[in-house]
Amino acid sequence: MTCIDDKRIADPAFGEALFNLVRKTSCELPADVETALKGAHDAEAPGSTAQMVLAAFLENMGLAREKQYPLCQDTGMPMFFFHHPPGLSPRALRKACEEAVARATREQYLRHNAVDSVTGKNSGNNVGKGFPAVFCQEWDDPAIGVALMLKGGGSENVGSQYSLPDDSLNAGRDLEGVRRVVLDAVRRAEGKGCPPGILGICIGADRGSGYIESKHQLLRSLGDTNPDPALAELEARILRDANTLGIGPLGLGGKTTLLGVKIGALHRVPASFFVTITYMCWEHRRREIRIEPDGSYRFTV
Amino acid sequence: MIELTVPISEEQILSLHAGDAVAISGIGTTGRDAAHKYLVERLIEGKRPLAAEDQRIYDELKKIYQGGVIYHSGPILRNDDGRWSIVSSGPTTSIRDEIYEDKVIAHFGLRVVIGKGGMGPRTLAACREYKAVYVHGIGGAGVTNARAMVEVLDVFKKEEFGLPEAFWKIRFDRFPGIVTMDAHGRSLHEELDKSFDERLAALL
Repeated sequence: MTCIDDKRIADPAFGEALFNLVRKTSCELPADVETALKGAHDAEAPGSTAQMVLAAFLENMGLAREKQYPLCQDTGMPMFFFHHPPGLSPRALRKACEEAVARATREQYLRHNAVDSVTGKNSGNNVGKGFPAVFCQEWDDPAIGVALMLKGGGSENVGSQYSLPDDSLNAGRDLEGVRRVVLDAVRRAEGKGCPPGILGICIGADRGSGYIESKHQLLRSLGDTNPDPALAELEARILRDANTLGIGPLGLGGKTTLLGVKIGALHRVPASFFVTITYMCWEHRRREIRIEPDGSYRFTV
Repeated sequence: MIELTVPISEEQILSLHAGDAVAISGIGTTGRDAAHKYLVERLIEGKRPLAAEDQRIYDELKKIYQGGVIYHSGPILRNDDGRWSIVSSGPTTSIRDEIYEDKVIAHFGLRVVIGKGGMGPRTLAACREYKAVYVHGIGGAGVTNARAMVEVLDVFKKEEFGLPEAFWKIRFDRFPGIVTMDAHGRSLHEELDKSFDERLAALL
């Protein structure tokens, strides 16, 4: 079996595939998110602010796709998640990602979004220290899978991490405690994260790995079922509860506050019990491609 | 949908109430974090006389903002042979400018602040005292919003702040939003906050 190799990464076709991944992610919402938004629109009362806002969302989604313009001006932090066969160079993959986002920025598919935290200077091409974010993981497949998520800043700002137990919420070190802190996080985010949102949640591990796992959870399809029955039940419960809060689209009131809840669990040290929540806005921009050893590629999300 | 055209009068502002849907037309600017810091620390409270370039921007903004509009947004733009146009430009989170906005409203005579997520008690008090409203835009709807930003007339502080943070002088045409903080002291956000708290308490 011939695996994809470093020479293939240097090929212009590889760069073209990554560039098209960025372009499509920025301009076209995936089908599961579109379906969920349409369902939310139909569930709101006719003539309500909530339904008017959701109608504007759907109009924006159609216009962005038709004109191939970025859905939102905040094209966020580009986060690439690679699955690749053994032996590939993560540095080469990062370089290819940097080139793809720089080109997408020149062609207005991404905003100038990488700001030097010390000087305040914008790099102007979305390339900087730790920017874009690139994660690499090996798999037993000759092809490369690349998922891209554009993670907007407004919703990222309302992400949070709780250390259980939490007295103020009467949240202990169990799944009921998790439910309590997550609902508190949704309440605190209110309209600031551009609801209806999607939550990526990690229970366990440390403060750093928790946030990364919570991002991984956001790559799941909205309609999937968690393989762990306890987590599947918790996801459904939190979704149901959050949608009784009345926060609604953009926090202006309404029935749909969340479109989905995705929970993963990592092992933890006995002393720690972290619950880490990443809030994704209604415009959940994520896409995936699969690049074959012969260089051809197709979108899988 | 209530139509508002810049310059907007005190009477028009007083006729608006939290919950009203509006469409805004006329000239205004974008301005977010860096712009607000600059407006307050340099242009409003900075040492006089202002540097020549600051004075030029100050004079321009004075004209634009009197009865006018500031829009919390960091747009994506394209440049075709020197002509800028807006590609995508939804509202950004407004609360980050809470420590500045009351001073901007008071000093420049702004009538409308557009953003998302609502603002706090300082801005609400300034809306009441100086007759202004906060309009909640459609967050995330970058392309729909850009369609109502029909012309880019000028730009200030582009080199120093970068494209998203600069002041872009824009002609708006029926830009959509909902008044969520009015000049009568009513904030939809404050009212909703109470109901969210009650409903959360019922779940815990």
